[in-house]
Amino acid sequence: MTWDSKLIDRANQIIELYPQKRSALGPLLYLAQEKEGYIDDDSVVEISKLIGITEVQVRSVASFYTMYKQEPSGKYLISVCKSISCEINNSREVIESIKEFTGLANNETDVDNTFTFEEVECIGACGGAPAVQVNYETVEGMTPTKALELCKYLKEEVPKVIVADHLQDKFGGTKSFDWAIEDNSGTSSTAPGFQIIGTSEEN
Amino acid sequence: MKETLLLTKHMRENPENSHLIDVYEKNNGYSAARKVFKENNPGEVIEEIKTSNIRGRGGAGFPTGVKWGFLAEDEERYLVINADESEPGTFKDRILLERDPHQLIEGIIVTSFASNISKAFIYIRGEYAKPARRVQDAVEQAYEKGYLGKNIFDSGKDLDVVVHLGAGAYICGEETALLNSLEGRRGEPRLKPPYFPAVKGLYNKPTLVNNVETISSVPWIINNSGKDYAKLGVEGSTGTRIFSLSGHVNNPGNFEIEMGCSFGEFIDTFGNGIKENKTVKAFIPGGASAPWFTGEMLDIKMTIDDVANAGSMLGSGAVVVMDEDTNLVLAAKSIVSFFAHESCGQCTPCREGTTWLEMILERISSGRGRASDIDLLLDVCDNISPGLAWPPQMTTICPLGPSAVSPITSLMGSFREEVESLLPKKVLINND
Repeated sequence: MTWDSKLIDRANQIIELYPQKRSALGPLLYLAQEKEGYIDDDSVVEISKLIGITEVQVRSVASFYTMYKQEPSGKYLISVCKSISCEINNSREVIESIKEFTGLANNETDVDNTFTFEEVECIGACGGAPAVQVNYETVEGMTPTKALELCKYLKEEVPKVIVADHLQDKFGGTKSFDWAIEDNSGTSSTAPGFQIIGTSEEN
Repeated sequence: MKETLLLTKHMRENPENSHLIDVYEKNNGYSAARKVFKENNPGEVIEEIKTSNIRGRGGAGFPTGVKWGFLAEDEERYLVINADESEPGTFKDRILLERDPHQLIEGIIVTSFASNISKAFIYIRGEYAKPARRVQDAVEQAYEKGYLGKNIFDSGKDLDVVVHLGAGAYICGEETALLNSLEGRRGEPRLKPPYFPAVKGLYNKPTLVNNVETISSVPWIINNSGKDYAKLGVEGSTGTRIFSLSGHVNNPGNFEIEMGCSFGEFIDTFGNGIKENKTVKAFIPGGASAPWFTGEMLDIKMTIDDVANAGSMLGSGAVVVMDEDTNLVLAAKSIVSFFAHESCGQCTPCREGTTWLEMILERISSGRGRASDIDLLLDVCDNISPGLAWPPQMTTICPLGPSAVSPITSLMGSFREEVESLLPKKVLINND
């Protein structure tokens, strides 16, 4: 789908922030991801026009970074960390438990587009290992049982906005550090929730 | 033994809302920024930082004042804050971003003043969405107060700060890869020379690239003095440092201490010992890139130089503890897999080598190892980093490849029997 004028306005506002247009490429790719759940061909064309580089240059950058998805993702992207601190704190059991619930292998999406499951490298939650992210919102102090409950909650309640603090309260355990006053912002897509991109949403 | 709170003082004293500008200002916030604009002597600010002897907190430990001194003259210069914290075991910048973003912004204001910079970027890893939101809120608050934007603090100077979100590439923590990423390119490290972004950096213009913790230290140094800062810690490792402690400890977390105590003391005091009273089999002293120490080496002091002399590095300040029951082959495999996954693919020794190391460790750990696998592992390592020396010899543009060698040399140096026990005792001819 081509971009409507509203989205193009948002893109131009982002481009304005940088001394050179091309620097906006990363954030613009997130706009595509928010809209389609992945970097679709139409968005590649739009972005290449907006910042004045070729379509291949856009795709070359998009395919370098793991957070830009090259295929459609589900409503909830579940990323389980398997790096060293999580590895030695049983992240493999958390992975097994999510695989069992969703029936998905690494980097797969289910047929009704509810879940995409991926095993990822360090997400900076080592003090709360093992940790997972849902749409890039962190939950620390996971257990295999809590991971099942988390998946069940997502499937049954279908929350619109994913908020780290809410998931942590419901399903988390040991944290890397105290998170301070509860935060109510998050994301409703598989693009990380961030004001400048326009993906940050209040619950 | 106690913590020394400089950078984490404000957040400890205001556990609920240290990230809000009003609370920060009530606690002497933005006084360093006011001070430098009032005194209006940029050279003096750089001198204070040099006197403090603070060394970069991102991993390489380069003296910050010296780096600032390198910044070439040009009408267009940039400051880039490296908040791409991705070294496994490390989560200390995350707490600074999430809990005290104004301290960082004040550090940016002072640094930009000292180096006559009017545009700064904070490059935050994409997985830190919540910390990035906090920082963006703080940036907006600072704009409203007139601390950022046009004519800040009525000084006639302008400063714009843009928060930029990364997209999941560890390699972008390497400063030239980060700059490529910020220019909208693949996050591939640049060929050296030029060695320093301070000469040719963002858009080929002089650029300071500094870590979050380093710049967050700047307001304290200005409010007190470089001399006071240098009194803390030990020579060569002055000031405090936030260590991220994780693994098999009872109380993981971030702890801010003066450098100089031993790892054993640190783990016992702040980590509250090892889970289930087990003993330490091995520990990583400074992030996944650092060679491991064994449980017999807990007396080593936590300073940049002591750790280097013992054959590893204090790196990003991430201490990961592995207890007596840890399967070290799986631990090494996890780290090697990390580097194989994060290799940008430019250099053959790294791209191919890390992938081979991962495959060999995979077959060893799943019981399909071959008698010759240890030699093969070491041979691949030798091709990535000739001689397996420390600090490593390089065959690659950046240190990522050699980092994957660290866990293998650690494993073979002190825990070789553990690997051998998984291998068949003799070579079987025509077995595969």
